[in-house]
Amino acid sequence: MSVPAGVSDSVAITCRNLRKKFVLRHTRSMKEAIVWLLTGRKGDLSKKFDALKDVSLDVEQGETVALLGLNGSGKSTLLKLISGVLQPDEGTVHTRGRVAGLIEVGAGFHHDLSGRDNVYLNGAILGMTQSQIDAMFDSIVEFSEIGEFIDTEVKFYSSGMYLKLAFSIAVHTDPEVFLIDEILAVGDEPFQRKCITKINELAAAGKTLFVVSHDLDLVASVCKRGVLLEHGQIIMDGEVHAVVKELRRRSEASAA
Amino acid sequence: MTQPVTDLVQPGRGRGIIDVYKHKFLLQLLVRKEIKIRYRGSVLGLLWSYVKPLMQFLIYFVALGVFLDMQRGTPNYAIYLFSGIVLVNFFTESLGNATRSIVDNRDLIRKIYLPRELFPVSTVWVSAAHLLPQVVVLVGACLLTGWSPSIWQLLAVVAAFVLTAILSIGLGLLFGAANVYFRDSENIVDMILMIVTWASPVLYVWPMVQRVMGQWFFLYQLNPVTVAVEVFHWAFWSPTLSPEQSVSISMPPDLLTVWLPSAFGVAALVLVIGQLVFMKLSVHFAQEL
Ligand SMILES: Nc1ncnc2c1ncn2[C@@H]1O[C@H](COP(=O)(O)OP(=O)(O)OP(=O)(O)O)[C@@H](O)[C@H]1O
Ligand SMILES: [Mg+2]
Repeated sequence: MSVPAGVSDSVAITCRNLRKKFVLRHTRSMKEAIVWLLTGRKGDLSKKFDALKDVSLDVEQGETVALLGLNGSGKSTLLKLISGVLQPDEGTVHTRGRVAGLIEVGAGFHHDLSGRDNVYLNGAILGMTQSQIDAMFDSIVEFSEIGEFIDTEVKFYSSGMYLKLAFSIAVHTDPEVFLIDEILAVGDEPFQRKCITKINELAAAGKTLFVVSHDLDLVASVCKRGVLLEHGQIIMDGEVHAVVKELRRRSEASAA
Repeated sequence: MTQPVTDLVQPGRGRGIIDVYKHKFLLQLLVRKEIKIRYRGSVLGLLWSYVKPLMQFLIYFVALGVFLDMQRGTPNYAIYLFSGIVLVNFFTESLGNATRSIVDNRDLIRKIYLPRELFPVSTVWVSAAHLLPQVVVLVGACLLTGWSPSIWQLLAVVAAFVLTAILSIGLGLLFGAANVYFRDSENIVDMILMIVTWASPVLYVWPMVQRVMGQWFFLYQLNPVTVAVEVFHWAFWSPTLSPEQSVSISMPPDLLTVWLPSAFGVAALVLVIGQLVFMKLSVHFAQEL
């Protein structure tokens, strides 16, 4: 396994020349594929485009990074590459320590199970062991403010309750690196404040945070460093307020 | 190779089915979830999984054994039939669900990295949990007809079960992965499963096939499901026969010495192929689903 040259010993995430291609048009039946093969492979069975081009990025342990960019610029794709959900077509990704990708909270929830069962299931999916969940269980329920609803099936939860429980499990998984995609807009105002306090706590505890959000003021208050993506390329990397300003300038320019 | 920079790892590079073992707890929860969901909202709950096979057995006993008088050709025909069907049920349910497991869990696979082998493997465990009540009913019926198996026959039951599980996981990995790219796989598997019931001596007895296939009979015997079914017959059905009955109906020769080991070989080969294909294809699951 080739570890990229020239990275420091305290790096948490290191990406080198990442490229990710996606297929635009899919074939889902054997008939189409066989016809295509028999007709001498005329035309493209699929069209490709680059969602990420030549992305290189190092994140040190304990850094808080905001990943910014307009819709479709490749932010979620980069997060999925770092969490291992996707594999790059070119280049390498390396991470150190346990990575929790909060790409979408509640991804592993099952509607017909109680809140309690879902805490265990989701905790295990996010990489916790049984004893860890046992130890954290009360704290998870308390943070989520679910209270006595914990033994109700989650299909009867309000959407806010659902997200609160999911978020609460996620922040209790205690990984070294947190990847957070668009989940800060969770719950009501008081809960949102609680989440931000929690995230600040995690940052203060030396966790590495990698946050995607369109709430620019919010990420600017949580993160120190900003990375700006456009059409799959990093076009700016620096202090978060400067990057936010640049993104606002660009979106105003394109709106005009 | 020494590791100069400590534990920098490449995310999402799994080691296949070995990783499932490291996620034992999650596997356990996934299996329990499926079982729980199956009986949610039902008063009798788990009892249903005993009632249904019991009813099935009684139907065989009355309709086929008594009315159609299959008893005459094959003594204790209901037990013969049921012991084969129980095993084939396990195989068809495992493989059918394993084939769908990747597509069914697409929400998870697209968002969180987990060893994807977990899903086909967990469906096979769920099927094993459904097999248990059927075996209980089968054992009950056998005991009523004076079943007294040897320790070897009991061990052979376990071996046949493991054999079928290995085969199901291997084929499940193969078709589960293929199903992501071509949803036709589901239909292909459904067809294979239709054939399986007839390609093994479940409803008939093996000498009928030997008569037709002659020297090619070994091809029939290479099918691990066939071997597993025969082992079940040997363990459950043949001890219920009286001495004079068992003389007239013998088990296939070399069942335990030749065919069981070779069936394990075939199943292991299928597992290796399934795993290799799965590894190759699973890299792109998240973007293809
Ligand atoms: N599995 C996929 N197959 C094909 N194209 C994809 C796939 N996943 C993402 N894309 C495409 O890649 C591009 C980048 O997507 P991505 O989700 O990374 O954007 P984003 O920056 O997260 O956007 P948003 O701010 O809307 O969340 C988009 O054009 C999207 O359509
Ligand atoms: Mg996104």
